[in-house]
Amino acid sequence: MEIDPFIFRSSIFILSIFIGYYVVWSVTPSLHTPLMSVTNAISSVIIVGAIIAGLAGDSENIFNTSSIFGFLAISLAAINIFGGFLVTQRMLAMYKKKKKDKQ
Amino acid sequence: MISANLSAIFYLISGILFILALRGLSSPETSRQGNFFGILGMIIAISVTFLSIGNFSSGFVFVLIFLIIGGSIGAFIAYKIPMTAMPELVAGFHSLVGLAAVFVAISAFLNPVAFNLGSPGNIKLGSLIEMSIGAAVGAITFSGSIIAFLKLQGIMSGSPITFKGQHPLNALILISIIVLTFLLCSTQSSNLFWILLAVSFLIGFLLIIPIGGADMPVVISMLNSYSGWAAAGIGFTLENTALIITGALVGSSGAILSYIMCKGMNRSFFNVILGGFGATEQLASSKNKEQKPVKSGNADDAAFLMKNASSVIIVPGYGMAVAQAQHALREMVDTLKKNDIKVSYAIHPVAGRMPGHMNVLLAEANVPYDEVFELEEINNDFANADVAFVIGANDVTNPVAKTDPQSPIYGMPVLDVEKCKSVLFVKRSLSPGYAGIDNDLFYKENTLMLFADAKKMTEDITKNL
Repeated sequence: MEIDPFIFRSSIFILSIFIGYYVVWSVTPSLHTPLMSVTNAISSVIIVGAIIAGLAGDSENIFNTSSIFGFLAISLAAINIFGGFLVTQRMLAMYKKKKKDKQ
Repeated sequence: MISANLSAIFYLISGILFILALRGLSSPETSRQGNFFGILGMIIAISVTFLSIGNFSSGFVFVLIFLIIGGSIGAFIAYKIPMTAMPELVAGFHSLVGLAAVFVAISAFLNPVAFNLGSPGNIKLGSLIEMSIGAAVGAITFSGSIIAFLKLQGIMSGSPITFKGQHPLNALILISIIVLTFLLCSTQSSNLFWILLAVSFLIGFLLIIPIGGADMPVVISMLNSYSGWAAAGIGFTLENTALIITGALVGSSGAILSYIMCKGMNRSFFNVILGGFGATEQLASSKNKEQKPVKSGNADDAAFLMKNASSVIIVPGYGMAVAQAQHALREMVDTLKKNDIKVSYAIHPVAGRMPGHMNVLLAEANVPYDEVFELEEINNDFANADVAFVIGANDVTNPVAKTDPQSPIYGMPVLDVEKCKSVLFVKRSLSPGYAGIDNDLFYKENTLMLFADAKKMTEDITKNL
């Protein structure tokens, strides 16, 4: 009997939780705020779903109820992606070592 | 147009890049590279989505327009936001992830054909369950984050809002969400889908209102986790590996942060979530309000003490963020260092309103990160230090947590500030901290209270050094 694809996806999901567990414990506590902003940015990869939804309208009728929700979701996710990565970058640029500071 | 298999491989690659992005945060040196991996992963995921649909018609133009609108808003916010407002920003961002998840779920429900999930009214059972979970968790994340945002921003009072029958009501709503999901799957009725969404928005709101301002580190971490689970739910619906991996990563990241924050307060997760902490304890403390003698001093006294010290430990807290005193503080430290005084910073896990809040503020003020220490790293050093300079922190220094089993914060790990030869405590008044308990430290022999605004006091001390 064939294995349901759902099982494969669940396997990926569960293994990723384990990876997340070990990776996040190794994050230094002083970088917990950038951790939150970067996880915010990457969880907005949900934009792929929004793009599919946005492009689903047919050529005569680009805006149907479903695609409008898609377009709105694109904007929301884009705010997060750009905002999240850029603010993380801004924060990380501030973490300097003593030596550099004295120069 | 690229094949489904090829795009699946690319989604896997962007998932791996996201893992590397988090991995990079294990040290400040690798963190910038990590962030770059994250950006790369996102670019791959978005490009592959475009290529796999292969529909570069007029709809594509609109996708780009909405992408650019959102992107510009996001970039603008990222450059403008002051570092003291990070907790609000992160809460706001969480709400957007939640809402985006809800919108994607809605459009998948309305147009399942586009997502290969069946036809309207006849959506595959598995997809419908995944969709409902994604939508419900997304809605909870959205309304919960909005409340957290309003509380952090001060638009809504930070004190817990409780009412009779709160917990039974919440339990009832949570059960109804499960029942609604079940009914939705058996009937495919769109009305039930809307009701499910409405109820989920409501429960997100109700779950966060009883939680007080100082518990926000836990709440933000928890909502971070929820936003991940919502993304994962949608990832299952869309059968998208990048989204499933990311959702799991973010979900476990938020869960670990909540755990660390709860441990920092010595409270169980449920204790925080059920809320109402500040409200009940305040009553208990107001009973024994006798006047005890307090030594108070001015900037001159403080400067004198510090000038004659050989090592100083600084304990920053939320008050420093409120007073925006981080730059003034660093200037004071620069002057101290010129006089060959050893200075380090001690940070309690729950100082501030979100995990790592103090570290970011100090980094902003150009404090090198190797002078900043966590509680376990520095707690033994207090006994050998001459002066502890407490600026805007309170409960995290209260020795009562070690001595009085009756105290609500008993057992909470605290900084052993009282072991220093002298303690300088910058505070606006003697009022108790968030937990509503008197700080024994105020009345110790070796404590000098500096009653003033944190920023002003730090500046005055620098002048007197």
